[in-house]
Order: sequence, then structure tokens, then C-alpha cells
Amino acid sequence: MSLDTQPTAKADGFLAVTVSDRRLLAGAIALFGIAALIGGAFLGLLLEGIRDFGGALAAFDSYLVRIVWFTLWQAVLSTVLSVIPAIVVARALSRHPVFRGRAFILRLFALPLALPAIVAALGILALLGRAGLLAAPLSALSGGIWPGIYGLSGILVAHVFFNLPLATRLLLGSLDTVPSDQWRLASQLGMTPLSTFRLIEWPAMRNALPGAAGLVFMLCVTSFTIVLTLGGGPAATTLEVAIYQALRFDFDPARAVTFTVLQMALTVLVMLVLARLGADTAVDANLPVTRRKFIAPGYAERSLNAVFIVLALAFVAGPIAATVVAGLSADFARLLTEPAVRQATTTSIVLAVLSALLSVMVALSLAAARRASAAKRGKPARFFEAVAGTGAGFVLVVPPIVIGAGWFILLRHTGAVFSVAPAMVVFVNAVMAMPFVIRAIRPAYDAAAERNDRLCAQLGILGWNRMRLIDWPALRGPIATGLAFAMALSLGDLGVIALFGSDAVQTLPYLLLARMGSYRTDDAAGLALLLGLLCLALIFLADRFGTKGAS
Amino acid sequence: MTIDPQAGTDVRLDDLHFSYGSSPMRFDVVFPAGTISAVMGASGSGKSTLLNLVAGFETPDSGRILIGNEDVTGLPPALRPVSMMFQENNLFAHLDVEKNVGLGCSPSLSLTDADSAVIAAALSRTGLTGKERRLPRELSGGERQRVALARVLVRNRPVLLLDEPFGSLGPALRLDMLDLLREVQAERSLTVLFVTHQPEDAQRVAEHIVFLAEGAVVAADRTETFFGEGGPAEFRHYIGDEITNFARKRT
Repeated sequence: MSLDTQPTAKADGFLAVTVSDRRLLAGAIALFGIAALIGGAFLGLLLEGIRDFGGALAAFDSYLVRIVWFTLWQAVLSTVLSVIPAIVVARALSRHPVFRGRAFILRLFALPLALPAIVAALGILALLGRAGLLAAPLSALSGGIWPGIYGLSGILVAHVFFNLPLATRLLLGSLDTVPSDQWRLASQLGMTPLSTFRLIEWPAMRNALPGAAGLVFMLCVTSFTIVLTLGGGPAATTLEVAIYQALRFDFDPARAVTFTVLQMALTVLVMLVLARLGADTAVDANLPVTRRKFIAPGYAERSLNAVFIVLALAFVAGPIAATVVAGLSADFARLLTEPAVRQATTTSIVLAVLSALLSVMVALSLAAARRASAAKRGKPARFFEAVAGTGAGFVLVVPPIVIGAGWFILLRHTGAVFSVAPAMVVFVNAVMAMPFVIRAIRPAYDAAAERNDRLCAQLGILGWNRMRLIDWPALRGPIATGLAFAMALSLGDLGVIALFGSDAVQTLPYLLLARMGSYRTDDAAGLALLLGLLCLALIFLADRFGTKGAS
Repeated sequence: MTIDPQAGTDVRLDDLHFSYGSSPMRFDVVFPAGTISAVMGASGSGKSTLLNLVAGFETPDSGRILIGNEDVTGLPPALRPVSMMFQENNLFAHLDVEKNVGLGCSPSLSLTDADSAVIAAALSRTGLTGKERRLPRELSGGERQRVALARVLVRNRPVLLLDEPFGSLGPALRLDMLDLLREVQAERSLTVLFVTHQPEDAQRVAEHIVFLAEGAVVAADRTETFFGEGGPAEFRHYIGDEITNFARKRT
């Protein structure tokens, strides 16, 4: 028997040499695309800063100080108001690992994360606004006419609506890491609820607290939609909204440059502090598994815990229910046949699909490049591996409104500024969703590569054959999860479209904002219900694909 | 199909140096053509690295790998006249038995009638007839390794590398597989490099033993010599340790 190999194997063998380079090339193209998107925005800011340096400097006035102060102040208040109740609620849920409706409550607490901010803002207005469902009782209670929830209080209610459930889930997760032997020991030693809290529960939660608080703070510092819709005036404005107003209403790009640079500095600072605290900013959407805890709380504690849980439940369920109730009163027959609504729905879906596809492609390229460079030796490969790996997560430091503002300023003289709206929405949302999509795809990609790399190299299964026969079956679940998640994120986004939107290019959130602005409340509520359902359906699908892929 | 062992394909590591991710290793050894050589040594002595170098999964810093006098040092894994069986993950979990074996014929799974006949013969030889449509998870551990062996038959390469493929099987199954391996090796005159921890496996199937310690070959000889009175001291020490460890674990 001779050692000759078939000619086809020879051709495949040539590919074997280049295949890892192709993976690296894909990763390099993805990184270049991201860099170009962010770099272009920075270029716009830089050029404008140079052109009108005086104007940018003049933006440093008392108004700016007030905005920065308010940005930080509302974030601090939101964090405190979210995290401290979350400690109580998480402990209550942890003390009662089994009761009817517990799983439902935990699922409900995952909902706000999936809901577009503008939908939540509408839900809160539908409940607590001047004409909200609770306006009459609140008027009776306060003895005057209920003015509606706006300004700082509105912002805080919305931020707590989003972040109380998030913090509760994070802290509950930390409580569930306590080994069950410790609970058994506590009950054997006859610990009172107070000493259990002091000796077991608090130390467990204390570890997760900086991370949870840091994440909530970050989300509130970069909050745009909530402040725009509920802030209601210059007294309650954050940097992000100020950037938008400087560009869209004051036509003062030099001011916008100053605001943008400050916003960037602020987020970088918060990220650095977070990294120092060792916070894990990953949002885990899994349902916490609860073990038996061998504890029997007394009557007084049980009643108190029940009150905490019911209050938190009411706080989260209220705006969601109000969204549904208000939405149902809309005239859907007219709304759904209206050309503007149809146009906006189509635009939204097309842009979301494109953005999700792009996001998944970028995430796959980076996962492949990281894997390919991990197998290589030498410093450049190490560096590339780090950039394609952890480095990709740092795009979160650059808020979408910052990228949008930079490009808006760069393009404003070209006359193309509103016609690039679709491209901007697609690119920015794809990049913003990318870290989450990577989280969905990379573990599966690495596991499949770990299992199959040697076998495929041995058998000469390469390139298209490998994609078709080996990788696609292993990755289609995670890819579907990533697609659905990125689509939901893009569908609900108001940041970029608020800057670039116009009558010619409208998405559903943009149209919603317009209807709110022209006081067509019923229309807005109907659209909010539509948008909320779309996003929830996508998140539900993402979850389904995710669990199916895991089994 | 038989060949004259003298004209067959020996595996020669010629002053091979390798250092990535581990302490430096140096191999200089010949595995005789058409025989089974057991590769033994303590954990971390370089057994798997040696196999990975021959298979082409690792690239040496210097030196040459010759298979049947052909220098394969620069060839990618798929072009080397070599098949390899791992301890696990020999099969693609989502493909059935026939497809897993078929990948040995064509990496794109475009199979001709002739291929199908070859696959059927290999499945019959390894006792898997009737299980063509099963997925790996529907097979026992022993059956999975039989599928991997069937693919080795289909690929028909003169050198077979075994990285403890029977390590996780029970005693009876392991003996079955060892016997099947010996039969298949004799039928095809394969040159087999067999990494194992079990001295009795080596005694049962191997003509030669290559003993490694700290990334180098410290002894290479016929199996009888290894287990005889004048066997290498390192080897005697190694199996002695194994036996005392084993006894300690039992008590």
C-alpha cells in the first residue's frame, strides 16, 4: 500500500493552511468595522471641537454643571431606591423557596429587561400620569388635582421599575449560592431570623452588592429614553438628553461636542470603578434554582415578607398592566390601517432584522478569530485574542447617543444626514447588541470547537463542509437566540433614531414619541402595546432557542 | 490487503524538539512498521504530545517526523498517512453512525455507491451492522469506539494512533476491543502507536514498548524484555508505583 492521498484531500489540505487565517481575517474585518463606526463618531466630534473651540468651551456654564449634577444625582437616587428594597425583597423570596406563584413572580421580574424603555415610560404615564388610571384616587388622596408624574419623581419611578427586579434577581442569585449545609446548620443551631441575616444572608448578598449597584448606576447614568419622555423640561435633564436637544433643537454642535465628551468621560469613569469593584456586568436571564433551605419563618416574619413581595409585585406589574389596559383602548382598526403606522412597522422590522444579522455576523467573526488566535503562539496573537475577546465588551462604554451625535455632526453639512438614518440605526444597534450576542454564541462556539477541531483537522473537514456538516447544527440554537435578542434590542431603541429620524424615516419608537408629543395618547398607548408585544415575543423565542440549545 | 512489514511504514521521530506550553521535550525514536508499540509513562511525561506531533496537531520547534521515509513534518493533519482515535469525542454527536464513518470516505459526505459498500463492510467488521442510523448518544461507550475504529478502516491509512481510547471502558469490554484491535492491525499490517496506562494492555497486544519520562524516551524495547528480569529500572519503578497506588486506593 502506498501513501498516496487523493487529489481532493490535497486541495482540502491547502485550505487547512489558510482556514485559520480566514477566521482571523473575518475577526479583523469585524474589529475594523467597529473601529470605523466609533472612530468616525470621534472624528466628527474632534473636527467640530477644533473648528469651534470657543463654542465648545462656552458650553462650560452653570447649565452644564446643573446637568452633570442632575445626571449623577438621579442615578444615585435611582440606585439607592432600587437596590435597598431589592435586598429586602430578595431575602423575602429566598426565605420562602416554595409558594404558589413564586416562579411567576420571578418570570415577571425578568420582563422589564425585555421591555423597550419607551413602552415602560408610557405604562408609567398610563398609571400615574395626569390622566392616568390612578389619577382620580391620587387626586382625592392629595386633596387637589393630581399633577401627573413628571420630572425627577417620574424618572425615579421608571428607573426603579426597571432596576428593582434586576437587582432582586441578582441578589437572589447570590443567596442561592449559599450551600444548603449552611441553612441546615443555621436551623440546627436555632438561629433567629436576625442572626441568620447577619451571619449568612448578608455576607452572601454583600459580595453581589457592588456589582448589582454598579450595574444599576451605569444603566441610570446612560438612560436616555426615560429622561426624554418623563423628565419633562430643562430642570430634569441628563447629559444624554442634552446632547439630543443641542443637536435637534438648538442646532449647537459645539455644545453637543462638550456634552458628548463629558458623557464619555463619565461612562468610562463608572466602568473603571465597576472593574475595580470586580463587578460582573453580565445580566444573567436564567431562573435561579432554589434548593430546600430547612427554615420555617415565624408568623410575623411571614406576614412581613408577604407585604414586601406584594409591594414589589405591584410596583412591577402596575405599569405593565396599565400598558395593556391603555393599549387596548386604542382604535386598532384605524391604527393598523394607517399608512404611517404600517410604514413605521415595516421600517422597524426591516432595520431590526438587518441589524440583528449584522450583529450575529460580527459576533461569530470575533468568536472564531479569538479561537483561532488562541491556538497560535506569540504576542500579536495574544493581543488579538484579547481584543476579540474581552475587548469587544468595551463598546458598552460608548453610549449609542454618543456615536450617533458624532456622526450627526460629521455629516450635517453633507445634506445626507437624514438619509443615512437607516444605516446608522442598523450599524449602531448591531454594535450595541454585539456583546450580548457574543455572550449567547461564544460558549457554544468554543465548546463545539473544543470537541471538533482535532477531529475535523484529522478528517480534512474544512471550510464550507465544516460549516454545513459540523458547525451549523451545533450553533443554530445560539445563533437564533442572538438574532432574536438583537432584534428585540434594535426594535425598542430610541437613541439613534431620535437623532436621525425624520418624517421620511420613522421607526415604531420614533412614531410613538411623535404621537406622545402631539398628545395623541390613545395612539401612543396602542403603539406601545404593539411594540411591547413584539419585543416580548422575540425575547420569549430567544429564551426558547437558548434552553433548547442547552439540552 | 496485506503488505510486507519490511516494506511497510515505520514512524520515525528524528531529533524532534517541542516546548510550547510545557517543559521542553525531545523525542528520537523509531516505531517499527506493521507492529503495535505501546507508549507508556507517567502523566505529563509527553505521551499525548508525542501522538499529537505525529498526527500534526502540534508543530515541533525543530527535527523531522518521517513516516515510511516520507518527511511529513510540514503536512497538515488530514494529509498525513495517519488516523487517530481519542479517549472521547471521536464522533460528531449530531450525525448518525453511518455518516460518522462516511466522513472517513469524504469530508463533504458526498458518498458514492462504492463508498457505501466500503462503509457497510467496515461496520460489519466492527460488529455494528444494524446500527447505521443510531446517534452516538444511543450507543454504549464500547460501541462508540467501534464506530471510530470503523472509520479508521474506511480511511485506510497505514498508521494508527491510539490515545487511551479504551481508558473509560469496563474490563470485559476493554479486552474485547483490544482483541478486535489486534485482529484489525494484523489484517491491515497497521503500524500502531498505542498510549496506555495499563501494563496488562501492553502485555496483551504490544510487541514493543516505548517508555517516556519528562519529555524524552528513556527506554524502547520488545515487550518481553520490559516485563522480564532485565527490564528497565524506570519502567519497573513505574508499574510498581501503579500497583502500590492501586492497593492503597482499595484499602
